[in-house]
Amino acid sequence: MNSRISCIAANTFREAVRDRVLYNLIAFAVLLSGAAILVGQISIDIEKLVVINLGLTAVSLFGVVIAIFIGIGLVSKEIEKRTLYTVLSRPVRRWEFIVGKFFGLAGTLVVNAFFMAIGVFGALLYVAHKFQMSDAWVLVALYFIILQFLMICSLALLFSSFSSPLLSAVFAFSLFVIGTFSEDLRNFAATATGFTKWLTTAAAYVVPNFSALNVIGSVAHGQPVSGSLILYNTIYALMYSTMALCGGILIFQRRNLK
Amino acid sequence: MTSSRQVTVVASLVLLFCLAASILSLRQIDQVRSKATLEEVLFVISPKMVKRMSLGYDGLLADIYWTRAVQYFGGHHAGRARDFRLLAPLLEITTTLDPKLLVAYQFGANFLAPKPPNGAGLPQKAIELVHNGINNNPNDWNLYYQLGFVYYMDLKDYARAAEAFAHGSELPGAHPFMKIIAAQMAQHAGDNQMARALWMTTYQSTQDKQIRGNAIAHLRALQVSDDIDALQELVGQYGRKTGVLPRSMTDLVGAGLLRSIPLDPTGRPYRIASDGRLQVQFPDELPFLEKGAPRGYTAPQPKHLEELGK
Repeated sequence: MNSRISCIAANTFREAVRDRVLYNLIAFAVLLSGAAILVGQISIDIEKLVVINLGLTAVSLFGVVIAIFIGIGLVSKEIEKRTLYTVLSRPVRRWEFIVGKFFGLAGTLVVNAFFMAIGVFGALLYVAHKFQMSDAWVLVALYFIILQFLMICSLALLFSSFSSPLLSAVFAFSLFVIGTFSEDLRNFAATATGFTKWLTTAAAYVVPNFSALNVIGSVAHGQPVSGSLILYNTIYALMYSTMALCGGILIFQRRNLK
Repeated sequence: MTSSRQVTVVASLVLLFCLAASILSLRQIDQVRSKATLEEVLFVISPKMVKRMSLGYDGLLADIYWTRAVQYFGGHHAGRARDFRLLAPLLEITTTLDPKLLVAYQFGANFLAPKPPNGAGLPQKAIELVHNGINNNPNDWNLYYQLGFVYYMDLKDYARAAEAFAHGSELPGAHPFMKIIAAQMAQHAGDNQMARALWMTTYQSTQDKQIRGNAIAHLRALQVSDDIDALQELVGQYGRKTGVLPRSMTDLVGAGLLRSIPLDPTGRPYRIASDGRLQVQFPDELPFLEKGAPRGYTAPQPKHLEELGK
């Protein structure tokens, strides 16, 4: 990676850590250990199911909230504090700044998810006393959650490149909700006709599709995830993130910073 | 080219490439997860609970549930399913959220009551739904018509059907045919003429494409049934006159029994099988046939009711 990009990414990561973003891990640890102890006492035969569902949902939701609320301020905060001018007065290009910010935020989320994953497996071991082969699918669900983070990071950055933090948060969160229901939009497109069909189909392909990345329910039941789904989801998430990142670069490139 | 322009061009090209690649990969994902789009799951089955959870936005939520109900039935019907277990709860939730959504009651009467694969095979659920509709919209004659229709077609309870039609015919704006149907019910219950009148009224009183298509398909099947009865009679006459069975429709025309070769509702000539039975040429295009299909013929699921109803 370009050294200037890695430098910006490392600084973004450092800044996120200084902002005490990783403190959410404490809340996560309390939630999960509490749940693990509690379900062991009140639920019959579904302790493992509850721990996987709760753990993975928490990893996903904590990460999405962090991605949106850190991502939306990445550009605007730098402009507000005027640190952006110092950075751009050096031999750093605008696109390198955006890409660096993206990798920094993505790195923060991956580290965060890594520690949370350890927590999930710890809780799993506590309630089940041993690991099974089917527990490996939990790793696939975690991998999909990280792909989801990449998409949300790039979208938050895209909105941050032209809008205020508050509006960026609204846009990013709305797209997250729409993306969660994107299959309903696709179903609607399938039954529509004429111009409505054309419009809804286009909308269904442009909004992010998060439903395909959500396999929490099936892995909680030990069901395998097909290799082709892993491959296509990876390609999709990478392409979608790059697309949103390019959109952000194009807007930021033309933005008047005076 | 300046450095800034270079970045713009490259970023635009990468953006377009990634957009195309993401669409292609999404299509592949759809193929891998083809069965995941319409899940056989309703997370909240209590209509009252859904209404409370809507936080007052029940109109919009009703529209979403209505769309889901239509998609659910349409998707399963086209996929030749025989199990429509979510149709009743989806319609119940829809009508609880919006008790004035008349098309949902109409849809329920048409597709909850008939036996699979043409419907969910739950006539009592259909009657409950329509009764709810009448309680919420007591001045709508169409709901009485739907009630009578289910009693007549699916439960063969002609007395209750006549009662429902008579009630509906007294309401303001009722279809003029309602009075005639109610009056003739005692005399013509169970015959094709009455069935045709009912399906015709269904066709005329709805804008829903699936319901209209369903009515057209039934009207066509009734037409074939009447045609076959009349033509079979002529085949018998020809046999009695000549001592042999006619080999084709041309023989009937040649014998002066027909002026021209009769056509089925799809515009194709009827044909005579070697055993003298009258048949349509393409039974797959005439769903709900009771007469006119070749021996041992199994009807496929009618797939394009919506197309037919346009």
